[in-house]
Amino acid sequence: MIDFGYGLTPSATLKIENVQNPLFEELHRREPDVAKCIACGSCTASCSAGVFTEMSLRRVILSLQRGREKETLPMLRHCMLCGKCLLVCPRGINTRHLILSIGKVYGPDGLKEEADR
Amino acid sequence: MKERILAAYDPFVLPFVFGMTFVLGYCLIALVRVLVQLKPADRQKFALSLITPSAIARNVRDLFCDCLFHVKLWKRNKVLGYMHASIAFGWFMIIVIGHIETILYIPERLHKLYYPIFFRYFMEEQNQTLQGSFFFFLMDFFLLVILSGITIAIIKRFRSRIVGMRRTTRLTLPDLIGLYSLWAIFPLRWIAEGFTAGVAGGSFMTIPINWLLRNFMSNPQNFTLAWWLYSLALGTFLTVLPFTRYMHIPAEILLIPMRNAGLPVRHTRKGFTLAMLYACPSCGVCIDACPMGVQKKNVQDATVYMVRSLRRRNQRRSLVNAEKCLMCGKCAALCQVQLDACGIRLAYRTAQEKKNNRLPADFSYLAAVAPRQVGEDKVLYYAGCMSSLTPVISRSVQKVLEAAGIDWEMMDKDGSICCGRPLMLSGRQEEARQLIEKNRKLIEDSGAQVLLVSCAICYRIFKEQYGLIGVEVMHYTEYFNQLIAEGRLKLENGHETLVYHDPCDLGRGCGIYDAPRQALAAVGQLVPAPKERKESICCGGSVGSLTLRYEDREPITRGSVENLTANNPEQIVTACPLCLKTLSRYAPVPVRDFAEILADHLEP
Repeated sequence: MIDFGYGLTPSATLKIENVQNPLFEELHRREPDVAKCIACGSCTASCSAGVFTEMSLRRVILSLQRGREKETLPMLRHCMLCGKCLLVCPRGINTRHLILSIGKVYGPDGLKEEADR
Repeated sequence: MKERILAAYDPFVLPFVFGMTFVLGYCLIALVRVLVQLKPADRQKFALSLITPSAIARNVRDLFCDCLFHVKLWKRNKVLGYMHASIAFGWFMIIVIGHIETILYIPERLHKLYYPIFFRYFMEEQNQTLQGSFFFFLMDFFLLVILSGITIAIIKRFRSRIVGMRRTTRLTLPDLIGLYSLWAIFPLRWIAEGFTAGVAGGSFMTIPINWLLRNFMSNPQNFTLAWWLYSLALGTFLTVLPFTRYMHIPAEILLIPMRNAGLPVRHTRKGFTLAMLYACPSCGVCIDACPMGVQKKNVQDATVYMVRSLRRRNQRRSLVNAEKCLMCGKCAALCQVQLDACGIRLAYRTAQEKKNNRLPADFSYLAAVAPRQVGEDKVLYYAGCMSSLTPVISRSVQKVLEAAGIDWEMMDKDGSICCGRPLMLSGRQEEARQLIEKNRKLIEDSGAQVLLVSCAICYRIFKEQYGLIGVEVMHYTEYFNQLIAEGRLKLENGHETLVYHDPCDLGRGCGIYDAPRQALAAVGQLVPAPKERKESICCGGSVGSLTLRYEDREPITRGSVENLTANNPEQIVTACPLCLKTLSRYAPVPVRDFAEILADHLEP
């Protein structure tokens, strides 16, 4: 083959199924309903804590799925567990229990930076 | 009256003596354990109540009404009431009369544990004499009463629907041993005393059996055999008693004064809770009461089974049960021993939450929320966070207040701070405290004297936990009813048929049943629901349940709606935003809020 001075390299595509996200897998095991979320944002719109803070359950779920829990976990500390999100969820997710489960899986460690762990 | 067996002893008494000694020893140790496990302050409170005359009077009344006559059960179901009272009171009387006879005729034998129980065997008397026939008649009469009760109990065990119970408790092996030996005790006593009726006198029950079974009874070998069997049945029953539901017999005697002393539930298995766990008779009234029972798979989560798993230290089942419950309080309201099922579950959740890994709460943002100054003459209205999903409630409350000419201000116009009850129900007591403190400051700093609440959940925690000083908390059903009575609120009757749904936290939680009904009678025609007031069925939306899924809540709501619409009302009225939202999903008729329906019928 003629050498043009550059060659073919293997595909640089990121294979999402190879991404390791054990914490979210653990959450999914405990709370299979988390996969039902369609990110409609009803929970965020109705949130009691959301009136006073930037709390958004929708963003929390999305960022956990992407393994970027540190961006959003601090929000969950504002939750008053009032349960309105549970009433409005069109997918019937038990959001209150989901929030408790996130706490159980990620715990206070989830809030710390990698270096502090 | 003279002694027939001069030795005053026969080996057949041994099984009874063994069983009785065992039970007394076990109960003594259990009593000490319960008392030691109490917190010192609680123990002091309990001791103080035992020497307070009014508390003593209440204890004595409750001991007779609950332990012997079963007044609560009579009120609920006459057949079951008779069944239980006949066995309990009849047996009690047989024991008492045995002792009276011993005291009267041979007091020197009273120190023998078995003597009053087997009195007929040891003493002989002619039934012609007055004293003989009197006591023989009494003994036979109470034996007949007990036997009739046992007959109903046997029918109930195999065909519970005949006596009005849909489901009865699934019994364990020790329970069954206890049950069968209990059933056997009294027929065996009848036969045993049938023998003595031939030699030492009897009455209308024992003499006929002696005649009827003459061939069998004339054999002296059978004589001792019958008394042996009677004693064995007693011994078996007493020996298994601590491990069965029959532990409620001694435990209730302790539970009643403890309950009347007003002790709080502090632990999942210790102290006062342990007394309650022992006192559960596994009668199964809570199984039919539980709204989750509409699905057969949830029957195992009835309170009776929670008590069982706690007694056996089955952590896995206890946790599932404690977290699933809707906390509607119906089982506790109907419980025959007034077991605080919700309190125990709450204690379990609190203990569990302390063990759980979790994100620490951060409510620092609440500091920025400033109180509204309203002054003394204005009413402060707190709609609660749920009401923001049902804005019709606050709009209607506004209309009604304006029609009555009340000066008012809304406390949570710019967003509600949750009342704290949902956090409390999930076991997070300290976090709940933070919200309670914040809200209390907002309310007290506002200067208002009346706090009007339209949410049953908030109302309950305001009443129970806030301890507001100088502020009267009123639920809107109470307040509007008062306005109607004072003539400040003029309504016209639309003559529609309405059914009122009692929200759990308002009815069973705070005892408000009549105010909403009185007010609704002014705007429409109230029709009853088959199950209402303290028997009302939870709407299924309760924030009390942590784990119940959406799919499992639907059948509960449908069950509740079915009960409400049994008498074909045109509208369902409720007084809780959560019930309103939940019932609306599946109700075939419009579901309206209490304030909404009042606002619709304001006199123009």
